Amino acid sequence: MLDEQDIMVRIRGMSFEYAGRKIFDNIDLDIPRGKITAIMGPSGTGKTTLLRLIGGQLKPSQGSIQVDGLEVPKLSHHDLYELRKRMGMLFQSGALLSDINVFENVAFPLREHTRLPESMIHDLVLMKLNAVGLRGAGKLMPSELSGGMARRVAMARAITLDPTMIMYDEPFTGQDPISMGILVKLIHSLNHSLGITSIVVSHDVAETATIADYVYLVSGGKVIDEGTPEQLNSSRSEWTTQFMQGQPDGPIPFHYPATDFRDELLGGGQG
Amino acid sequence: MWLIRNMGRRAIHSFQRLGRGNLFLFHTLMGIPQLFLRYRLIVQQLFAVGVMSLTIIVVSAAFTGMVLGLQLFNTLQNFGAEQSIGSVTALTLVRELGPVLTAIFFAGLAGTSLTAEIGLMKATEQLSGMEMMAVDPMRRVIAPRFLAAWVSVPILALIFSAVAILGAYFVAVGLLGLDSSVYWTQMQSYVDWDEDVVNGIIKSVAFGFIAAWIAVFEGHDAIPTSEGVSRATIRTVVHTSLSVLGLDFILTSLMFGG
Amino acid sequence: MYSKTVEVWVGIFVAMGLAALFMLAMQVSNLSTMGSEEGYEVSLFFDDVAGLGPRAPVRMSGVRIGRVSSIAYDQQRFQAVVKVSIDNDFRSIPEDTTALILTEGLLGAKYIGFEPGGALENLVEGSKIHSTQSSLSLEKIIGQLFVKLTGGND
Repeated sequence: MLDEQDIMVRIRGMSFEYAGRKIFDNIDLDIPRGKITAIMGPSGTGKTTLLRLIGGQLKPSQGSIQVDGLEVPKLSHHDLYELRKRMGMLFQSGALLSDINVFENVAFPLREHTRLPESMIHDLVLMKLNAVGLRGAGKLMPSELSGGMARRVAMARAITLDPTMIMYDEPFTGQDPISMGILVKLIHSLNHSLGITSIVVSHDVAETATIADYVYLVSGGKVIDEGTPEQLNSSRSEWTTQFMQGQPDGPIPFHYPATDFRDELLGGGQG
Repeated sequence: MWLIRNMGRRAIHSFQRLGRGNLFLFHTLMGIPQLFLRYRLIVQQLFAVGVMSLTIIVVSAAFTGMVLGLQLFNTLQNFGAEQSIGSVTALTLVRELGPVLTAIFFAGLAGTSLTAEIGLMKATEQLSGMEMMAVDPMRRVIAPRFLAAWVSVPILALIFSAVAILGAYFVAVGLLGLDSSVYWTQMQSYVDWDEDVVNGIIKSVAFGFIAAWIAVFEGHDAIPTSEGVSRATIRTVVHTSLSVLGLDFILTSLMFGG
Repeated sequence: MYSKTVEVWVGIFVAMGLAALFMLAMQVSNLSTMGSEEGYEVSLFFDDVAGLGPRAPVRMSGVRIGRVSSIAYDQQRFQAVVKVSIDNDFRSIPEDTTALILTEGLLGAKYIGFEPGGALENLVEGSKIHSTQSSLSLEKIIGQLFVKLTGGND
């Protein structure tokens, strides 16, 4: 196993319940420092929930979640907020503040957490926007941005305070191929040039597999499989193959449980 | 049987909401002191909430005053007491109509706007995003809006009473020919600063607190869908109106009761 | 968006509120005619105080010098006891002043009028006035008039 030092996020024996359902059942996960780790699985398995648990927005029913050595569920309000300054999170929708423009959105963390002079803030924001290729979009309002552009702005905002870790919640979902390519490139370069630990939650196998260093497959509240993308692709597990290849039918059936088709056809139509 | 179980569930649900609402209020109040270092946030909200309500408050106050003037004059004439129109209108407004109507109009206009804004921020994950950026949305978003609303209501109520009294003046003196100085001196004899005006202010401070609390809470507590937000705004209007009327009764009995 | 305009408008808003408050204080209520807040208490004993309101003014020569603070019934004297608060500005009211219950206009509200006597001692805190004239009810006036007009020549 990897060294203590090299693990950014360590999850042990974690369970989480919501509305009576067990979302996570006694799972173990290690997110190595400085690498891109993907968490994939079918829709609705609670991948976003996992990010919220790591970020301390939710508390697990049992188990431990450690980020950079700190036990997240046990942190005080103040300490949790301090930790969050070192984390960035990219929401599916970008979650930009709708009443201020792009520049102000990216400047937001700086204005809230630092007392830097206006000129410095100006330069920093431009730098971050430049990193995502949107330096010229500063004056636009979030409502004027396309989905892909909004996510890039959100990315710029997420790196404003130079975090040590960024979590990406379904960054590729619903994007056209070009935007997807841009996002993939950005995640990759942020990780490689700044050494930021990246956690990518996605069900987009093709894109994610091109950049991930390590992948966890999660379904039904458990880790079904894990490994590098190559290992998973050549895995002999039926389930893993179905997921990685995108096969419509397999261990996860195509048909939602229903009564026999013939019976339904013959029996139906009568009052 | 089903009915009872349903009612029971609803009751538990209501108590839960009440509990959440109180915890929420506590956190909101905790977030207020730091606002005095960031007065920009409050000013921004005072504009959004107070200034925006000015037009409707002034206009409805003018009409309310004029109608009051007209109606009361007619009634008082039956007793030959039209001279006291000044004091009757002033007392009605300062003690009751000013604080109550202002709070209810406020809930409908600014209250729903706050609820919708906060609900929408919740639905688009802006509040969540803020948390992850280590910015406490209670302090950054909720507290300024709460404080601005709480402060705006008494100010608006004062403006309402003043404008309505002028409206009644216009009707009584301008249209119906009452003597101007009689209008004012009669009023001054019967409107007591401590008993009437100050009590009215106390009422509007209390109403403002309730209106602000409900508006902000319903937004924060809304189900993050478009339907959820619209239901939350309805709740804001209904709950605020009922609470204000109920509280008004209690305060009136305490202040003006025998 | 934050801007100078926003600040100006908020300033106007608050100023309007203060203006309204000022208007209510001066034009509408009795703040301007109230002398010192404090006054001294004098008790008045009436046979009939029908129609006298709980905060009716006390006037002397038409000028307001105080107001009624409480109305109660004295079970021993079988009279009404009206406690009034006279402003501290008016300390030279003779002890033998008469208190009357008068009506504003013809059918207006009742108030208390003081008619000064000639004593050398003045009213102080706790003084009592027994020389009073009660409310005149319409029925009594008509009754008196009736008697005068019909049975006066006995």
